[in-house]
Amino acid sequence: MNRLAYLRASSLEEAKQALALPGSIALAGGTTVVDLAKLGAMKPDLLVDIGGLAGLDAVRVDAGRLHIGALARMADVSRNADVLRLAPAIAESIERAASGQIRNMATIGGNILQRTRCAYFRDASTYAACNRRTPGSGCAAIGGVTPNHAILGATDACMATYPGDLAIVLAALDATVHTDMRDVALVDLFAEAGSGRETVLADDEIITAVSVAADAGAARSSYLKLRDRQSYEFAAVSVALAVDLTGNGPQIRVAVGGVATKPWRLPSVEAVLRAGPPTRARIAEAAATAAGDARSTPDNHFKIRLLTRTLERALLTALDLS
Amino acid sequence: MRSADTPFVRSAARTDLDLHLRVNGRSHRIRAEARETLLDVLRERLGLFGTKKGCDHGQCGACTVLVDGRRVLSCLTLAAQAEHGAVTTVEGMVEHPVGRLVQAAFVAEDGLQCGYCTPGQIVSATACILEGAATSDEAIREAMSGNLCRCGAYPNIVAAVRSAAAVVERR
Ligand SMILES: Cc1cc2nc3c(=O)[nH]c(=O)nc-3n(C[C@H](O)[C@H](O)[C@H](O)COP(=O)(O)OP(=O)(O)OC[C@H]3O[C@@H](n4cnc5c(N)ncnc54)[C@H](O)[C@@H]3O)c2cc1C
Ligand code: FES
Ligand code: FES
Repeated sequence: MNRLAYLRASSLEEAKQALALPGSIALAGGTTVVDLAKLGAMKPDLLVDIGGLAGLDAVRVDAGRLHIGALARMADVSRNADVLRLAPAIAESIERAASGQIRNMATIGGNILQRTRCAYFRDASTYAACNRRTPGSGCAAIGGVTPNHAILGATDACMATYPGDLAIVLAALDATVHTDMRDVALVDLFAEAGSGRETVLADDEIITAVSVAADAGAARSSYLKLRDRQSYEFAAVSVALAVDLTGNGPQIRVAVGGVATKPWRLPSVEAVLRAGPPTRARIAEAAATAAGDARSTPDNHFKIRLLTRTLERALLTALDLS
Repeated sequence: MRSADTPFVRSAARTDLDLHLRVNGRSHRIRAEARETLLDVLRERLGLFGTKKGCDHGQCGACTVLVDGRRVLSCLTLAAQAEHGAVTTVEGMVEHPVGRLVQAAFVAEDGLQCGYCTPGQIVSATACILEGAATSDEAIREAMSGNLCRCGAYPNIVAAVRSAAAVVERR
């Protein structure tokens, strides 16, 4: 790790002042920052520890919305009674992420902003070319080993997968990210892969909370995660669903993870599902459109079928047809 | 968006820190660099070699310690972040009401081979039992999945956690 400075912020204002300094970044749980700083994939000059800021770790229900503070720890959120009741997939996605130790450390804000696990991005000392680390330097993953790379959203600039679980559920639930400056829809938070920016946030912008409507879809939300080993592993493919059966026809929102450069909604699938009663045939037809825009390498080609089948299984299970 | 440096930041940001750490009930004042992890400080500055460095990147669990009773990875915790918490390492397990039982169970069930992962397993298992997560073999495997064992001593590790959990349950 490069030699760097540390500052424990005792108020949001202090944190903002420190983050205004070039080369400074926020430190919450530190499980992404410390990892990547040791690898040299991040080289911050100043870590601004926001972990101790008061009042940003609460879970509360307000005006029909479930609010989760940015500094709430993953483990606490996954066991929170309101979360389990109002948006069970949020708890499920956290419970299936990382390990007990990491969930005790990591925060909700940090989890959303975690970086890709692309080996070419992480291994800064071996691979100089990475448009994510150094805009314009190229992409060492092209022609490399890419079984975990994205099939949706991939471009010549970057095909690294967004690795998180929680943000996939948040995308399906139309979550809002609240910062000290404004509100942003979660699906609009992430910048184009390889554009040189990870998110649309300003350098000194601090996420304060994330919220979802506590509606019928959230109450009947689910998260299905497939991975190379049973636990402590990132998703090969994951599917988040919000199923609202209270209206005339079912309203189903769909987002997928492990396959895309950012949390990925599938409007084409949602449109097929809206067109009529959710029969097995319609579900199969909807799932078949999921990978319509996919772009694959020989290494990650398997994800196309895996995505289609995982989506089909998730829908059948959620609609009690399995 | 970034404005100029401010006097407050200049005076408060430090590359070298005077830290006050509480480890296994004892207070330590040490000088460390801001980039030093809790793991490196425990081993290299406090001479507590029980906590092991496996991967140094959050992937193996060998460095697991308790901070305020919660299991965390000391390789991904900066020493500075641990300043306000009470740290318990495997050396502190002898005096820990549940940790003691877990240690005894690892011996009784032969829950190790080379022993490198064992300190992390014992600290993690102690927290896992206190979390109420050791309810079945399957639940133990899931709750302990953050602790890898390259020797593959898993069956006996699960047996040790199960038997320690049963003793705690009876009390
Ligand atoms: C071995 C391993 C396995 C893992 N497996 C999974 C998995 O299966 N699924 C999964 O989802 N994740 C997984 N993770 C990732 C882990 O969940 C993230 O590292 C963690 O959630 C990050 O949270 P943090 O609080 O530690 O973030 P930090 O490391 O503190 O910060 C992460 C980023 O967010 C910024 N940041 C943090 N908080 C704020 C804020 N409030 N406002 C503005 N910026 C902020 C920081 O500047 C930094 O850029 C794994 C990690 C490891 C090491
Ligand atoms: S050394 Fe910390 S998890 Fe491997
Ligand atoms: S006993 Fe050797 S690594 Fe677990």
